[in-house]
Amino acid sequence: MDKLFDFELTARLLGLDFVQMALLAAAVLGLVAGTLGPLIVMRRMSFAVHGTAELAFTGAAAALLLGIGVSYGALLGAVVAALLLGLLGGRESERDSVIGVILSFGLGLGVLLLWFYEGRASNKFGILVGQIVAVEPQDLTALLVSAGVVLVVLGLIYRPLLFASVDPGVAMAKGVPVRLLSPLFAVLVGIATALGVQIVGALLVVALMVTPAAAAARITASPLRATVLAVVFAEVAAMGGIILSLAPGAPVSFFVTAISFTIYLVCRVIAYAKGRERRVAVTSASAAPEAHRPGVR
Amino acid sequence: MSGGVVEIESAGLRFGDRVLWSGLDLDVRPGEFLAVLGPNGSGKTSLLRVLLGLQSLSSGSASIAGRPPGRGNRRIGYIPQQRAMDEQLTLRGTDLVGLGLDGDRWGFGLLGAGRRRKRIAELVESVGAESYAASPVGRLSGGEQQRLRVAQALIGEPDVLLCDEPLASLDLTHQRVVSELIDSRRREADTAVLFVTHEINPILSYVDRVLYLVNGQFRIGTPDEVMNSETLSELYGTRIEVLKVGGQIHVAGAQSALCEDEVHHHVGERVS
Repeated sequence: MDKLFDFELTARLLGLDFVQMALLAAAVLGLVAGTLGPLIVMRRMSFAVHGTAELAFTGAAAALLLGIGVSYGALLGAVVAALLLGLLGGRESERDSVIGVILSFGLGLGVLLLWFYEGRASNKFGILVGQIVAVEPQDLTALLVSAGVVLVVLGLIYRPLLFASVDPGVAMAKGVPVRLLSPLFAVLVGIATALGVQIVGALLVVALMVTPAAAAARITASPLRATVLAVVFAEVAAMGGIILSLAPGAPVSFFVTAISFTIYLVCRVIAYAKGRERRVAVTSASAAPEAHRPGVR
Repeated sequence: MSGGVVEIESAGLRFGDRVLWSGLDLDVRPGEFLAVLGPNGSGKTSLLRVLLGLQSLSSGSASIAGRPPGRGNRRIGYIPQQRAMDEQLTLRGTDLVGLGLDGDRWGFGLLGAGRRRKRIAELVESVGAESYAASPVGRLSGGEQQRLRVAQALIGEPDVLLCDEPLASLDLTHQRVVSELIDSRRREADTAVLFVTHEINPILSYVDRVLYLVNGQFRIGTPDEVMNSETLSELYGTRIEVLKVGGQIHVAGAQSALCEDEVHHHVGERVS
């Protein structure tokens, strides 16, 4: 573990092409994941992200077996998953179990596909827990294009989507196509998930898609600020995770998830401290009689 | 055309063979305050859904703010029932109000951010919510949320305000505050108000007319014309006692009549 702080080795590795490619991929992923994150958290879709990632894994495994690009397989699997979840899990009460059902079957199918695969074992492991050497030039192009598509579409639907996510009743009354936006957003999440599968792997995508936004939600209530913070947190976790993993040659996923988790813990501590301050302030304020605020919690 | 903001003509709504109401004629003038009353399941909310374009009529026609009901008429304001919001929701009071202004528009809308902020601040001030408008909505009390709801509905300068039980689950003080806000808006800007409620007393002093729906039948008139023992007994088809005590109206007997109509759904088909 003393290699972790071998800065000279880290610097030398940073000069390598494949490392720079991986960092670029991570930067793009951080941007997309951080932007989508707050909406995922608002819409309570963490489990859906996990389920989508498992199907991205299935798609990637199939692509590996067929010898086509893993990124295309992951993309196809994730989009199919998003559509399935959108179609089958319309009602909120049903969604949870539908995700569980689809997720487990997808994972099982993926394991079978990998069993058929006779190539390098590290490829198999890679799509589950991520590996940076897997990012190849054509993958990077696919990554950039799909990230661009996600960000542009999200920009177009952002306000109605936010409205539909936080206030569906009024949004519907105001003519926002709430039922159309759900599957559309699920597809955007699917695309982003597929990108994440290549870097942190299917099992740990949640660390970049959900954790940064959940952390941001602890310390701000502004949708814009939450998005900016989520992007920063996701970038720090994704890129920092890769850089830290270089010298020891340890799995990227550990470092990505560890940074992500640490940020989350720090945000919770900040929120707790702020909450204490506020509670103290409210208590001293309510010591003076104030008739007009009956509902302060 | 009689110049009503809401015009409903021989309108009917049925789900399968269950008739909610039919033969409904209703004109709501600008600045009029109409209370829509009736037991659960009598189709009060469905009437709002029709006007919002979320539900089509089975028969007849309707127009609202000069158009047939359709998705996204910006001249309609809507205030829903208070509901609990997630305490962690990343949304402040001002954001909630702002969604009423442009939440239905595509794109980010980065242009005119300054004007937008000013407009939101004006509305927040008009409902007296300055002290908590920057707080997360999930941490506000029901009454505080509903004040912001009024601002959210009014920021688009609507001609008609559709209110779906906006006072439910509020304490008496906030019931009064919120209904006063709605009333002052219609006096200042001639906004018509359709106010769905199961409890008329908090708004009794503002109400011009009442639409009372029961079992597929209805009565329209001033509170005095509708809220009396004779009319309600006729509507419910059983003995109803309406008592007026200290400027409030108490309806006795409607509860037991209600239990009966749950059993005999076909009664609803006998339409006035």
